[in-house]
Amino acid sequence: MSAVDLAVSCGPLRLKNPLVAASGCFGYGVEYADVVDLSALGAVAVKGLFLEEREGHAPPRIVETPSGMLNAIGLQGIGVRRFVDEVLPQLRAREAVTIVNICGTTVDEYAELARILSDAPGVAALELNISCPNIKAGGITFGCSLRGLTDVVSAVRRSTPLPVIPKLTPNVTDVASFARAAEEAGADAVSLVNTFLAMAIDIESRRPRLSNVLGGLSGPAIRPIAVRMVYECRQAIGIPIMGMGGVMTADDVVEFLIAGAAAVQVGTANFVDPFVWPKLLEGLTGYLARHGHSTVSDIVGAIDLPAPDAARAGREVGPQ
Amino acid sequence: MPIDVDALVMSNDRLSATCNVLKLAAPAVAAAARPGQFVMVKQDLAAAPLLRRPFSVFEVLRDERGDILGLSLLNQRVGIVTEALYALEPGERLRCLGPLGRAFSLGSPPGEAWMVAGGVGLAPFATLAEALRAAQVPATLLYGGRSKADLVYVDWFRRRGVRVRLTTEDGSRGEPGLVTGALERMLAAGAPPGMIYACGPTPMMRAVAALACRHRCPAEVSLEPVMGCGLGGCYSCVVRVRDERLPAGGRFVRSCVHGPVFPGDRIAWDALAGAA
Repeated sequence: MSAVDLAVSCGPLRLKNPLVAASGCFGYGVEYADVVDLSALGAVAVKGLFLEEREGHAPPRIVETPSGMLNAIGLQGIGVRRFVDEVLPQLRAREAVTIVNICGTTVDEYAELARILSDAPGVAALELNISCPNIKAGGITFGCSLRGLTDVVSAVRRSTPLPVIPKLTPNVTDVASFARAAEEAGADAVSLVNTFLAMAIDIESRRPRLSNVLGGLSGPAIRPIAVRMVYECRQAIGIPIMGMGGVMTADDVVEFLIAGAAAVQVGTANFVDPFVWPKLLEGLTGYLARHGHSTVSDIVGAIDLPAPDAARAGREVGPQ
Repeated sequence: MPIDVDALVMSNDRLSATCNVLKLAAPAVAAAARPGQFVMVKQDLAAAPLLRRPFSVFEVLRDERGDILGLSLLNQRVGIVTEALYALEPGERLRCLGPLGRAFSLGSPPGEAWMVAGGVGLAPFATLAEALRAAQVPATLLYGGRSKADLVYVDWFRRRGVRVRLTTEDGSRGEPGLVTGALERMLAAGAPPGMIYACGPTPMMRAVAALACRHRCPAEVSLEPVMGCGLGGCYSCVVRVRDERLPAGGRFVRSCVHGPVFPGDRIAWDALAGAA
């Protein structure tokens, strides 16, 4: 059996393996440094940053739902300058490949964030948060409009030599059209999906269970929808995809790779099991070895679809 | 540094119809735990419910020679997870991640230490009582419940030299009324202690913090907000702390890493859910 090489390319980004800690589920990375070897991850996508510090929403900010959780944190954060001064040096010292997730209320703010981070040593790529469902201004207002997405991606593209990865929302009718718009605007890759806009109500008090009323659903509950969306985007675009949504095990990682993801982000699983990373790497290596593959790219998009006639027949079996 | 162990359930002592003590073989977690710290537990990593739940380390368990065997959790049936923890049998396993969070400050209080517990808010005080005893600090436990069935482990504390003062809302054991009433009477009767520690329902802790403030006595409270991860990653367990330098007069901090123990006068109680 030949040795397995886990290294992947995600556009211009070279990663030692395809596993990336998902933004919003891993703090700024340093919180996990005692329990996770950050240098062993493909990359760490840090919690979304605005130019300024943000307080976030009042609690309760999370609620557990079947096979998942809703969150409405409201992007509490330390702002980009404190991040560059206080956190980035720690991530560099830990040899973490750092993807910085940025969020603005205007196109100019995204561009300004991109310029600041381009001058900061130790930033591997920018992930554009145009998909957070929990804030009123910015974020998802860009991600739900093809024009808004194009404006943000184009502006950031002009402002940075760093790889640009817009993070897409699933809360649109046709995610693939947004992936295409991102590619045309100069994105190096796309990441998908952010959380699904959702709600939970306490039936005794009749109050929403989140202070923000609405929140984003993550966890295993969304995985099949996320896999479908990665699959659809893979058919639509040529740039690489970072897939995510409810990955808990190595089998889930493999499923996203087969659906067409070049790399896979892991979010909610960090809360359940912060020691999940070595298990995922070991499981992925084992799968590749068992199937006679020596590289991850062998299985990216390697889905075995039924013949077109059979697929059509299969679809017709569904509910009328 | 926290570790995660698949701990064997050594025993499940059901103390009442609603309350039990789970003894877990997790010696490494227990050995590292300081009073006030917590663990995040979950039955089967792959099974529902998805998220872990926070529990104070109740006792650090030792054998006759004093070697650490594990730790116990004080549990009360209130929801799906606590129901399952009530039903656990010896021989089953529980994932146990910890120890986590900021501990009570022990220092060397000049006088006595008073621990004010409401219901299962007793949980962080067993390890604290042992630490106070080791530091030769005289300790009093003020312990309140709705009814006598809510008051557990009273003799455990007495055996360790802790003075115990009990209250029940229905008067079925100890002084009738709220535990904060007993605290108020003790503070009115003499000199305040070197430190007051409190854990229980939020209105109780708020009242304790206010009384301590009025009597110029330092106080620490152990909060129990909803937590997602316990490690500072999810930002869900925030509580508002006072910070006069800020325009808003306060800011949200994560109770898993900045708490769960906070000085009573740092909490912006008006902003805390259920504090009224």
